Amino acid sequence: MDEPATHVHDHHDHTHGPDDHAPIHAHGPKPEYALLERAIRELLIAKGVFGAGDLRRQIDLMDSRSPSQGAKLVARAWVDPEYKKRLLTDAKKAAAELAVDCSNAPEVVVLENTPKRHHLVVCTLCSCYPKAILGIPPAWYKSVEYRARAVKDPRGVLAEFGTKLPEDVEVRVVDSTADMRYLVLPMRPSGSEGWSEERLAALVTRDSMIGVTTPTLPA
Amino acid sequence: MRAMHDLGGVEPMASAAIDREEHALTQFDKNVDALMYLLSHPSRRIIRVDELRRAIESFTPLQYSSLTYYEKWLQAMHDLLVEKGVLTREEIAQKCAALRAETAT
Amino acid sequence: MKAGARYSPGDRVRVRLDWPEAGAKRVHIRTPHYLRGRSGVVERVFGAYPNPEALAFGQPGLPAQPLYQVRFAQAPLWAKAASADTVIADLYEHWLEPDAEAHHG
Repeated sequence: MDEPATHVHDHHDHTHGPDDHAPIHAHGPKPEYALLERAIRELLIAKGVFGAGDLRRQIDLMDSRSPSQGAKLVARAWVDPEYKKRLLTDAKKAAAELAVDCSNAPEVVVLENTPKRHHLVVCTLCSCYPKAILGIPPAWYKSVEYRARAVKDPRGVLAEFGTKLPEDVEVRVVDSTADMRYLVLPMRPSGSEGWSEERLAALVTRDSMIGVTTPTLPA
Repeated sequence: MRAMHDLGGVEPMASAAIDREEHALTQFDKNVDALMYLLSHPSRRIIRVDELRRAIESFTPLQYSSLTYYEKWLQAMHDLLVEKGVLTREEIAQKCAALRAETAT
Repeated sequence: MKAGARYSPGDRVRVRLDWPEAGAKRVHIRTPHYLRGRSGVVERVFGAYPNPEALAFGQPGLPAQPLYQVRFAQAPLWAKAASADTVIADLYEHWLEPDAEAHHG
């Protein structure tokens, strides 16, 4: 295979939590695919299938999607039991209440972690993910290893992400096989009593809403 | 009997370590993602996500294993746009040749 | 939408042991291989959705198929030691049949 056209090492100085510790690498497309993308894009625009502005707006919209949207929903659910009920019954409507727009997106179902049950989301057939809320999935979520392993060895996967759960907790793997996109509502960590919603939201990582980790207080 | 993409529990991947490195999205990734969104949008419905998946699932095993995530999407979009007559194979090839000539000068 | 769904939460169901991908015809299947022939319990009923197996080939996928969230015990899927761990998957009604047997973990 051809070498990727670009290989950008982008060492960010994030302090958002355990998700961001690894250096972030960008992997460019093979040259023939870079060319094919441009060809298809320019042909479709020339034919008026959509405009260049439509494309730019969609890219901006996806850039604005990030796990912080999901964290906002989770933090609200932690402080407001009525909101939590609405989030668990109709997630898209509850997201809209907090200005997270999921129209034109697949159905979203929120699953609540409890002291007796922990959810871990995967898509073994593809890479289905609640993109409208969390943005584009991480590379590992789309990897063949994660897709193969999560349903067979969920506790091993959790351990790789540094998550150890007692044996009496039911680990419930969620294979997103159809029209639903799943978001985990993690448990609020003890010690966060009385915290503001904003401070709570900072505890909620992307990985904890996929279910590979659980929110913890900063050391 | 399982299909190539039907990966749940499949060895040796189900026993392999997971590469947790974070990959920033490239402009290519973002373009392909946005193209698919626009093509599948209810106002156009030119390619459904289900069709994109079907097209990816009919790749050769080599294509499936060697293409990156968004290269797969793009190849599938290409195949479906041709299948549906939105674009022809020839005009795409011509456009690619023209772009190649342009970047070579 | 839920009217017309054959199963209700708590019902025992079995996933059809069928391998459409083994035939000559190209197919798009949303029932993972590792659940075929397995017994589970209906957890939720989601209403009816156009059948993605048909949408994937440009057909309307009607009538819409009731969609269920079905729970399976983790251990029997992989012949592991019994545990409380489970797997849930979303399966369309035409892939399910009633399961009379009382053992499902």
